[in-house]
Amino acid sequence: MISIKNVSKWYGEFQVLTDCTTEVTKGEVVVVCGPSGSGKSTLIKCVNALEPFQKGDIVVDGTSIADPKTDLPKLRSRVGMVFQHFELFPHLSITENLTIAQMKVLGRSKEEATDKGLKLLDRVGLKAHAHKYPGQLSGGQQQRVAIARALAMDPIVMLFDEPTSALDPEMVNEVLDVMVQLAQEGMTMMCVTHEMGFARKVANRVIFMDRGQIVEDCHKEEFFGNVDARSDRAKQFLAKILQH
Amino acid sequence: MDFSAIIPALPGMWEGMAMTLKLLVLGVVGGVALGTVLALMRLSHNPLLSRVAGAYVNYFRSIPLLLVITWFYFAVPFVLRWLTGEDMPIGAFTSCLVAFMMFEAAYFCEIVRAGIQSIPKGQMGAAYALGMNYGQVMRLIILPQAFRKMTPLLLQQSIILFQDTSLVYAVGLMDFLNAARSRGDIIGQPHEFLIFAGLVYFTISFSASLLVKRLQKRLTV
Ligand SMILES: Nc1ncnc2c1ncn2[C@@H]1O[C@H](COP(=O)(O)OP(=O)(O)OP(=O)(O)O)[C@@H](O)[C@H]1O
Ligand SMILES: [Mg+2]
Repeated sequence: MISIKNVSKWYGEFQVLTDCTTEVTKGEVVVVCGPSGSGKSTLIKCVNALEPFQKGDIVVDGTSIADPKTDLPKLRSRVGMVFQHFELFPHLSITENLTIAQMKVLGRSKEEATDKGLKLLDRVGLKAHAHKYPGQLSGGQQQRVAIARALAMDPIVMLFDEPTSALDPEMVNEVLDVMVQLAQEGMTMMCVTHEMGFARKVANRVIFMDRGQIVEDCHKEEFFGNVDARSDRAKQFLAKILQH
Repeated sequence: MDFSAIIPALPGMWEGMAMTLKLLVLGVVGGVALGTVLALMRLSHNPLLSRVAGAYVNYFRSIPLLLVITWFYFAVPFVLRWLTGEDMPIGAFTSCLVAFMMFEAAYFCEIVRAGIQSIPKGQMGAAYALGMNYGQVMRLIILPQAFRKMTPLLLQQSIILFQDTSLVYAVGLMDFLNAARSRGDIIGQPHEFLIFAGLVYFTISFSASLLVKRLQKRLTV
C-alpha cells in the first residue's frame, strides 16, 4: 500500500531524513515513534507529498510521488491525514468542514456529502454538534471531527501525526478509542504517536526513528517483548516514555 | 459668515458626494482585488512573480497619489494611442478610477499579505491534505479567514482613500470637495462652503473610524 524507498531529505545543509526505507501493507497498522526532532512528522508528510524530498521514492497504491507526472492533489485526496493541532477550518461549521472537500475535490453533491459527513460524525459520537463551529468544541471533540473529515474522503490509508499530544489527558482516550475502532475495522494506518498502550493494542509493527534514520522496524511483539535486542537509543527512549 | 446659502446648494453638493462615494467604492473593490493578486504573487515561490509584485508595491508606495492621478490623466491616452494607433479618449473619471485602483492596490497588497501570513501554516497543510489545489486552498480556506482578520485594516485604508478622492480636483472631476468649492466661489462665499465641506469630511471619517475601532474590539475578543 505504502512503499518508502531510500528517501532522503534536506533543509538546506541540514539532513532531516537519511535513507528511510519501509513498507506498510494493506490493513496494517504501523506506529512511528522516536525523540523530538527525529523526523517523524517530516517522514509522514512525505507520504502524502505535503513535504518534498530530494532522493528516493514513495509509492502509494501504485502511484509514485517522485514521478513529476503524478497528480499530487488527486493522490492526497485518497490519503487521509490527521494533525496534532486538528486544523479544522474555523470559519466553517462542523458540517461544512466535513463536506467542503467532498464537494470541491470529489465532486459529490451537497446532499450526498452532507449525508456521508453526518454519518461519520455520528460514528465519532458528535452528531449533536453538526451546526456548531470548531471553536465551540473541546480539543478531543475537534480531533474526532478531524478524523471524520479525513474519513469522508474514503481514504485508502490514514496518516496520523501525534493526534493526541496536544490534548488534555482526559480527552486522549476518546480519540484513541476512535483510532482503535478504525484499526480493528481493517483501515491501513501509519501513526506517529507516543501512546504505547495504543501501539500494544492494535499496532502490527513499530518503527523507531532517531536523527532522521529508521533505527528499528519490527513487529510489535519483537519491539516490546525483546527489549534487550533493541538499539541503545531505542532502549533509552522506551525507558523514558514507559516510566509514566 | 453666512451659512444660509448652503441649504439651496445641497442637491448639487450631493451629486459631488455621489461621485466621491462611487470613486471610493469602485476604487476599494478594484484595489482590494488587484492587491490580493499582488499579495499572492509576493508570497509565491516563483522568484520572478514575487519580485515583480515587490517592485510594483515599492514603486507605488514611493510616489505621491496626485502624481499618479495626473500622470494617468495626461499620459494614458497618449500611451494608448501609441499602442493602438487610434484615439482612445478615456474620461477623467475612468483615468482617476484606474489611478486609485493601482495606487491603493500597493497598500492593500501589504495588508492582504500580512493577513495571509497570520493564518497558521497548518491550515494550508490540512487543505492540501484533503486534495485541494492551490486555487481552492486560497479561495475556500485561507483568504476567507485572512479577510475576516483584515477587515478593520482594510476599512481604515478605505477611510484614507475617502479623503484622498478629493485629489481628483487636479483633473477637474466634480467630487464633493470640488462641488462645494465651486459653488462657494460662484456665490462669493468660498469660506463658508469650505468649512461646511470640512465638517462633512470630518463627521464621516471620524464616525467611520469609531465604527472600525468597535469592530476591531469585537474581532479580537
Ligand atoms: N521548514 C523547516 N526548515 C528547517 N528545518 C526544519 C523544518 N521543519 C522541520 N525542520 C527540522 O527537521 C527536524 C525534524 O523535524 P520533524 O518535525 O520531522 O521532527 P519530529 O520527529 O516530528 O519531532 P516532534 O516530536 O517534535 O514533532 C527537526 O530538527 C526540525 O528542526
Ligand atoms: Mg512532529
